[in-house]
Amino acid sequence: MPIHIIDRRLNPGGKSLENRQRFLRRAKSLVQGAVKKTSQERDIKDVLEGGEVTIPLDGMHEPRFRREGGTRDMVLPGNKKFVEGDYLQRSGQGSAKDSGPGEGDSEDAFRFVLSRDEFVDLFLDDLELPDLAKRKIAQTESEGIQRAGYTTSGSPANISVSRTVKLALARRIALKRPRKEEIDELEAAVEACTDEDERAELVAQLERLKAKSKRIPFIDPLDIRYRRFETVPKPVAQAVMFCLMDVSGSMSEHMKDLAKRFYMLLYVFLKRRYKHVEIVFIRHTDRAEEVDEQTFFYGPASGGTLVSSALQAMHEIVRERFNPSDWNIYAAQASDGDNSYSDGELTGLLLTDKILPICQFFAYLEVGESGGSAFDLSDSSLWTLYERLRSSGAPLSMRKVSERSEIFPVFHDLFQRRETAQEKTAP
Amino acid sequence: MTERLFEGADWDFHTLQRITDACEEVALKDLGLDVYPNQIEVITAEQMLDAYSSVGMPLFYKHWSFGKHFAFHEASYRKGLMGLAYEIVINSSPCISYLMEENTATMQTLVIAHAAFGHNHFFKNNYLFKQWTDADGILDYLDFAKNYVMQCEDRYGRIEVERTLDAAHALMSHGIDRYPGKKKLDLRAEEKRAGRRRQHEEEVFNDLWRTVPKGATKSRSALSIERRRKLLGLPQENLLYFLEKSAPRLAPWQRELLRIVRHIAQYFYPQSQTKVMNEGTATYVHYRIMTKLHEQGRISDGNFLEFLGSHTNVVFQPEFDDPRFSGFNPYALGFAVMQDIERIVTRPQDEDREWFPDIAGRNDVMGVLRDVWANYRDESFIGQFLSPRLMRHFRMFHLHDDPEERAGIRVDAIHDERGFRRVRRELARQHDVGFIDANIEVVDVDLSGDRRLILHHHVIKGSQLNETDAKRVLQHLADLWTYDVALIEVDANDKVLREYVVSPRPIPAAVA
Repeated sequence: MPIHIIDRRLNPGGKSLENRQRFLRRAKSLVQGAVKKTSQERDIKDVLEGGEVTIPLDGMHEPRFRREGGTRDMVLPGNKKFVEGDYLQRSGQGSAKDSGPGEGDSEDAFRFVLSRDEFVDLFLDDLELPDLAKRKIAQTESEGIQRAGYTTSGSPANISVSRTVKLALARRIALKRPRKEEIDELEAAVEACTDEDERAELVAQLERLKAKSKRIPFIDPLDIRYRRFETVPKPVAQAVMFCLMDVSGSMSEHMKDLAKRFYMLLYVFLKRRYKHVEIVFIRHTDRAEEVDEQTFFYGPASGGTLVSSALQAMHEIVRERFNPSDWNIYAAQASDGDNSYSDGELTGLLLTDKILPICQFFAYLEVGESGGSAFDLSDSSLWTLYERLRSSGAPLSMRKVSERSEIFPVFHDLFQRRETAQEKTAP
Repeated sequence: MTERLFEGADWDFHTLQRITDACEEVALKDLGLDVYPNQIEVITAEQMLDAYSSVGMPLFYKHWSFGKHFAFHEASYRKGLMGLAYEIVINSSPCISYLMEENTATMQTLVIAHAAFGHNHFFKNNYLFKQWTDADGILDYLDFAKNYVMQCEDRYGRIEVERTLDAAHALMSHGIDRYPGKKKLDLRAEEKRAGRRRQHEEEVFNDLWRTVPKGATKSRSALSIERRRKLLGLPQENLLYFLEKSAPRLAPWQRELLRIVRHIAQYFYPQSQTKVMNEGTATYVHYRIMTKLHEQGRISDGNFLEFLGSHTNVVFQPEFDDPRFSGFNPYALGFAVMQDIERIVTRPQDEDREWFPDIAGRNDVMGVLRDVWANYRDESFIGQFLSPRLMRHFRMFHLHDDPEERAGIRVDAIHDERGFRRVRRELARQHDVGFIDANIEVVDVDLSGDRRLILHHHVIKGSQLNETDAKRVLQHLADLWTYDVALIEVDANDKVLREYVVSPRPIPAAVA
């Protein structure tokens, strides 16, 4: 009996990819909710990683007719002490008391793993980054391979058969190499020929043709062409994201949390467009310093408030490390809006002259206490200042947020579509 | 001494070939098995997960629920909650066995003996499989089904197709013919038929028919209830079949989809009835083959010990109060009964002569076993061949849990002289699908009135349907039927316990 043994390991994987996509599409709203929930608990840099999400099975449930309850009979192994007629307490341990819901209910929360791409896709469903027109693109780190015509030398694996045969054919025609049919025909004629002279002539002709076809090879090394590949440097765009935050005493934990969430979204978003995203954290009171993430969000600090110090620090860092012609620069500033009066002038100048010209995008997020409706009554000093700059043409985006739930809508609003974003930044 | 098949744990494709040849020799010559041609495929863990999520079949139509199962299995596999099967085998001709690439050489030998010869023989010879499945046609049919579903999606939209399939899947467990019908399923013919039918419809389409005035409708009394039931083939327990044939407003392609789901459910029907026997057979066969190969010196002592380790794990039966307990392990039970049959046939004791006069001391182990494998299913197999000795070995006892009983759960019978027959009957019944699945059938349709479809659930031992699920399934059923559906739960005395009525959801676009 013939037995076939087949190696299937090399078959393309992801056979169930399509089923998975269908599943995700169907569960989209659920998964999206789960993704957002999961992302709230993560650090900025981890937010991008895919990971396990849990969704309720409602709506993904596959119902069946199932029976439950009623009188049950069961045969079990491992009797140790029972005799016929014994009674077992229902609540007692050891007995097969699980007359609760049938097997299907145990599935009601469903955990599974999303890949990084799926995660981010769902996270950023319909957003777009404004002003993607790119500056000079720097740092070529990966090399791609690309077809580049044909060459006369190369490895045998790269022989282009069709090109080679084509050239050989052209050469054979040009040099009038006798075709096989011609020789066959002549041979047949020699066979059939009765007349001696004629035969001798035919034989001579045959010899000539044969000699010629030997001289002119069917495929000559000259004909051989190889496919040529060349490596092309693939440009990699890079971006740096500046997080500026006021950490003076007036910023509460709640406000910092709001700011963190906003930075997180921005980071995810940039990460999606750029292969390299650097983050610079600058916190300021009345002086600014560059810090790591932990200190940025949780480190204690106190003092007055001088926004210009942060802008100055950012400007210096850009000058030292991030050449604007090589980097896309994004900045987001979070503050409760307090700024000392005397600083307003300097802040405005720095922003319009130094910061905004080098930034792709500058967002100002004013955070307030939750339930802070007093917000709308009087604008803060910083808001008033930025508002003035904006109305005089500076490309600034600004929003106010006071509730955690507003972060995503606000972010969404800022990046929703390029046209609207531009309308808002440009007068 | 004969040459070893392999040394150590490594294997390559030549080793697999040698192993298969050696197993085949033992299987055919010593055990006298009769198998489909074998096809052995080596796959990766990911491919194994793929196979899991499409009920083990190599190709299947696309549906979100398979994606859900894949995600679920993958998550538990990654977390280490779940190991993967060493093998999957498909009841088809040629019989396809999937082997995991991680298996050691010993495991591959075990798995080949188990699947490619044990299961394979069972598939080819058991009467249920002969009656209900078409091993030659299944792969082609699945291919047809996959393409058909794909075409439907192109023509009628993914959402529409999904809706129909969702509903069909919900009713899958009640889309089975339980009694042998007119003829055996011929899946190749099915496939051709679907194509011809569509072609015919296209050829004879004539829009004028729509304009022909309808004749006078027959008076209501003309059709007596009896006659109406007869015309509709009622009562009918195959809900999918009934919908396919009688649902008033389904489009032809929807009927075809129901038919596909129904055929696939039917294909798996024998497997659900022969879990214990199927695994028992395969385990018994691999045990015999491995032992023989070891005796012949073709497997080293070390490798044989490795085999015994896995074998013992497979046939491990935890006791009821063990945290690992989750019912009877079909491998353990099936293997134990078959080994016991071997003992009864070759070394019977007085008790065995009394209980099994037909086979005790017949000395033809394989003859008896082949007959058992061919002619029984789990329920009759246990009811017939579970010996008192085995009941004592497993220390079986029977619990009767009546919620009304205040005193608690009663021990109804134990492994003693008085209890053997009762314990055995009860265990057999636990393996009878007739008792496991809810008994639901279509009993009537009010065709002349509001077209309400009436189903009955015959409640056994007071066990009613889970309410949430029942409502959801009925919703699907009503959507397909497109009129109201009523499900009435009645007990043995025809007393109505509960009644569900579900109306179809409005369909966004016309069904066409």
